[in-house]
Amino acid sequence: MVDRIPILKMGQYLLLSIQVDMHDQLAIDLQEDLTEQIVRHKAKGVLIDISSLEIVDSFIGRMLAHIANVSRILDAKVIVVGMQPAVAITLVELGLSLEGIATALNVEKGMRWLERTVDRDMSLEPESDDDTDISAEAGN
Amino acid sequence: MSSPILASLLQQHEPEVLANWVAAQRAAGIRADLIDEQTVQANSQELLRGFAAALAQGSDSLEAPQWKPVKMLLDRLSQVQSRQGFSPSETATFVFSLKEPLFTLLQKHAENPLEHIWTTTQLIDKLGLYSMESYMTGRETVIREQQESMLELSTPVVELWRGVLAIPLIGSLDSNRTQIVMEALLQKIVETESDIAIIDITGVPTVDTMVAQHLLKTVTAAKLMGAKCIISGIRPQIAATIVHLGVELGDVVTKSSLADAFRLALRELDVRLVANTNTIR
Amino acid sequence: MTTTQTFPLKQETDIVVVRQQVRKAAEQARLGLVSQTKIVTAASEIARNALIYGGGGECRIEQQMRDGRTAVCLIISDQGPGIEDLDKAMVDGYTSGNGLGLGLSGARRLVDDFVIRSEPGNGTVVELWKWR
Repeated sequence: MVDRIPILKMGQYLLLSIQVDMHDQLAIDLQEDLTEQIVRHKAKGVLIDISSLEIVDSFIGRMLAHIANVSRILDAKVIVVGMQPAVAITLVELGLSLEGIATALNVEKGMRWLERTVDRDMSLEPESDDDTDISAEAGN
Repeated sequence: MSSPILASLLQQHEPEVLANWVAAQRAAGIRADLIDEQTVQANSQELLRGFAAALAQGSDSLEAPQWKPVKMLLDRLSQVQSRQGFSPSETATFVFSLKEPLFTLLQKHAENPLEHIWTTTQLIDKLGLYSMESYMTGRETVIREQQESMLELSTPVVELWRGVLAIPLIGSLDSNRTQIVMEALLQKIVETESDIAIIDITGVPTVDTMVAQHLLKTVTAAKLMGAKCIISGIRPQIAATIVHLGVELGDVVTKSSLADAFRLALRELDVRLVANTNTIR
Repeated sequence: MTTTQTFPLKQETDIVVVRQQVRKAAEQARLGLVSQTKIVTAASEIARNALIYGGGGECRIEQQMRDGRTAVCLIISDQGPGIEDLDKAMVDGYTSGNGLGLGLSGARRLVDDFVIRSEPGNGTVVELWKWR
């Protein structure tokens, strides 16, 4: 059995792909490793690919929420990518909607989101007004 | 119990009984359009051997383990027949027509034929009923499969633009159909890597609480996967129902028409449409 | 036709084994992908409960027939302290530990039939059903 999930550093981002059926200790270790690496590399963003995960139960859901919260405090953006439809349907039914966690369909889209969000965060220019929002300017 | 006697008789006279049985089936009418005589012969022989083998172990109760091979064979034959379009009586005749050759056999060779005939007829009746039950199970499976494929057919997911999917729902929605539709939509989102999905319910006359909740769950599931959903075409009655039922729409984006939803989707993707003349608004 | 297998729940890695075996049984019963995922997730929740709150137990996996449909039936039992107030334990957000309190109530929503028996001092048995 795998005893550590590898975390890759790419520029100012950390990438990790969960490809094994995680037992609980593995999830706990991952939380600790990731926190430690965010601090060590001063990472600005974390991308977690879960496209190979066949289930997400409340324990793993809680781990993802925990990672997102800790990262937020450490000023790193987190995005979870590639959740399978069956997993998403099951999570919703289970009662977990992972509020506050950013998601994307795949690694490319997730990476683009991270770059955009971190760039905007680092930018010294005032925020532009025409930032399109799905709820604004609707229906004309 | 008579079983061992019949079993040994069957072993001695197998070709004769088989010939008589196939003849009896032919007399009752074989569906030449659905099955050929060779298959009938092979099926009959397989069942007859299984029957004799089970009898040799001496129990008339079909629940006993030695009857399992016979039951499995009947399951297979009856379910295949129900798929191929055999009628229930045609399927039952296969088993029941075994009575005549068996009775003839017992009358000719057994010492106390009447008693044996009674137990044998009971046994064949049980097998006949069993094959009827598997025939019905087969039928039900066919019906369920047809229902499912019909549901899939009636719910096309279409790509309106690169990155924008739409699913126009038409007709009444029950919770089963909504579930299948929504699974199909989420699957298509992954396949096409679409960021936005429009669920258009213009053609849906009413929704109940269950359906409304399924719709909301789909929106949430899509969000977990990293896609946005817009619900369009909510009729006034449905809007009233949703409010009346107290279903929380939360932060779900709704639009009055598919066109509006599409326009919003394009804006989200930062797509600009430019008209050549100013006739198009 | 019934097939029965029993797996122990003594340590954390056993939950992974149970998940994999339930997935296998669900595939054999030809459940759809979403149904498979739901029953595996429910099994994971209940198995973890049995391990953490019940101090370990076992999971029995059966293939059954239910109303003419193939079904997977899981029976997860422990010999732990049991649950005092079942009604309360079935409510979203209720937890006696430090979880989210979604285990029991969430698992019930994921399956087609859910039976729980428990009394203080005599452990807990949870039966989960999912059919085609």
